[in-house]
Amino acid sequence: MSELISELDAAGMHPPVGPVDATHGILLYLEGVSVSFDGFKAIDNLSLYIGDGELRCIIGPNGAGKTTMMDIITGKTKPDTGRVFFGQTIDLLKLDEPAIARAGIGRKFQRPTVIEPLTVLENLELAMSGAKRLRGLMTTRLSGEECDRIAAVLDRIGLTEHGGRLAGILAHGQKQWLEIGMLLMQEPRLLLVDEPVAGMTPAEMDRTAELLRSLAGSHSVVVVEHDMGFVRSIADQVTVLHQGRVLAEGRLDELQEDPTVIEVYLGAGDAYH
Amino acid sequence: MRLPPWLLSDRAGLVLLAVLALIGVGVPILNLWVPPDHPLHLTAYTVTLLGKYLCYALLAVAVDLVWGYMGILSLGHAAFFGLGGYCFGMYLMRQIGTRGVYGDPMLPDFMVFLNWQELPWYWHGFDLFWFAALMVLVVPGLLAFVFGWFAFRSRVSGVYLSIITQALTYALMLAFFRNEMGFGGNNGLTDFKDVLGYPIHADGTRVVLFVLSALALAGGYLACRWLVSTRMGRVLVAIRDSEDRARFLGYRVERVKALVFTFSAMLAGVAGALYVPQVGIINPGEFAPLNSIEAVIWVAVGGRGTLVGAVVGAVLVNYAKSWLTGALPEVWLFALGGLFVAVTLLLPHGLIGLLRRRREATA
Repeated sequence: MSELISELDAAGMHPPVGPVDATHGILLYLEGVSVSFDGFKAIDNLSLYIGDGELRCIIGPNGAGKTTMMDIITGKTKPDTGRVFFGQTIDLLKLDEPAIARAGIGRKFQRPTVIEPLTVLENLELAMSGAKRLRGLMTTRLSGEECDRIAAVLDRIGLTEHGGRLAGILAHGQKQWLEIGMLLMQEPRLLLVDEPVAGMTPAEMDRTAELLRSLAGSHSVVVVEHDMGFVRSIADQVTVLHQGRVLAEGRLDELQEDPTVIEVYLGAGDAYH
Repeated sequence: MRLPPWLLSDRAGLVLLAVLALIGVGVPILNLWVPPDHPLHLTAYTVTLLGKYLCYALLAVAVDLVWGYMGILSLGHAAFFGLGGYCFGMYLMRQIGTRGVYGDPMLPDFMVFLNWQELPWYWHGFDLFWFAALMVLVVPGLLAFVFGWFAFRSRVSGVYLSIITQALTYALMLAFFRNEMGFGGNNGLTDFKDVLGYPIHADGTRVVLFVLSALALAGGYLACRWLVSTRMGRVLVAIRDSEDRARFLGYRVERVKALVFTFSAMLAGVAGALYVPQVGIINPGEFAPLNSIEAVIWVAVGGRGTLVGAVVGAVLVNYAKSWLTGALPEVWLFALGGLFVAVTLLLPHGLIGLLRRRREATA
């Protein structure tokens, strides 16, 4: 039986993707990406480059294609045209969601998605990289090294005292941090973070900003966010998406002076403070 | 002897195992060694009835593993139960030998009756116990794997998957009704004489079958309990509660689903194989869609996602069924439907959930 299992486990595996090659300083390439749903162009010839270790914020009115872009990077949606590369060598369009996750891209959903009936520790254990082959799953114990990794992430997300609590009874902000912690357990090179501070108190927002800033450098972090105050507090580079395309790119204070950006935001009636 | 931590912390499970050990020893004593005129004597009928409940309980555990932990509401698990039953029934048919009505050394009676000249190819090997026992696992497992592989890869889930599982068991029922299939048509397989050389109606054989059912239930329970306490168990819960999250964490969700579904089908097959020699017949009625739905109701009544609840629900609902179908046969289906509605509305976590709430309230 165990042979059968390892056979099955290996059978459908994609050829192991090598380490990410970001020697040219760019970790993620999107080039000429388009996708339409029933004639609606959700993403229209989008090109975007994320540098290695960069913290990038992506803003844009509703329907600008922010979530669709994340879906394309993580393999949930396949684009009609275009190229998406992770480093120099890994073609993300050839991989499915689990393979992309294993290649080193972690994604936080808009709504906090933690596994509520499990404890905080179990959630982190679930996300731990290197334990996802079936044989690794058939155990009830954690090794010392694994415990250390979990403890380090718990400390980083500030939930050390809550390790034994069920994820379902955490406060909203704590759930968001736990989900970020789960991404960190995957040891990703790139983190895609969708609206991390929606519904957070100002104090929680500050801690989240601190956490994301501390991740940049060792990781590339892409944050989709509506809250301009929060965007200002974390990112130097901001990309404005509009109708599935990059409308403008640059520092936030420059963009705020940009007439086309102002028009898009005022036209869409979105809050812009 | 030290118990592993995953079992030690499972108090309800330890109680279940203790009860199984108790009846596994007690029932044989009360049947074989307590004289028939003694008030504590258990009749062979009762022993068989209890054995039947244990087989149903194992089926319920199999359903709970996929439904309670992985979120797949299978309305077709009786198909795997029936296939396991048919595999073992084929062995029992071949054991009849020349003692059938027509006395044919090779062909079961129904084949002689259909004027068949030789044994169909797929009946070969079933005269061997080990081969039949292997098929009890392989046939339901293979069907579940192929079915699961295609259904889960196409990302069929929720209500749609439940409907397909109903169609699966219904299709099997229609197929097995056909005489040309070579499984005895609507009469199924019956008139068994002996199993491994022991007369199937003897008290001793019945007691052994009962004890084997208790052991199979204990073993099946332990296997499932261990599985859900491993990391794999956490992955199952993640798949149930947020399939996308599991996928973006890097888990191959469809593969995990197919494997656990297959394992569950094998457990159901074992339950069916132990059921058939005790009730003495297997026919296409076992594939009736209602049977699979009943199994889900047992789990719901006991409490899904608890494993112990599945056992409790299966035994209690079947006890009620035995009693009601005797006393007021026309009421049973209404009672079953009413029970399902009541449990869904009032006891979303079943009887086990009720007990837990009580304990938390007093603690």
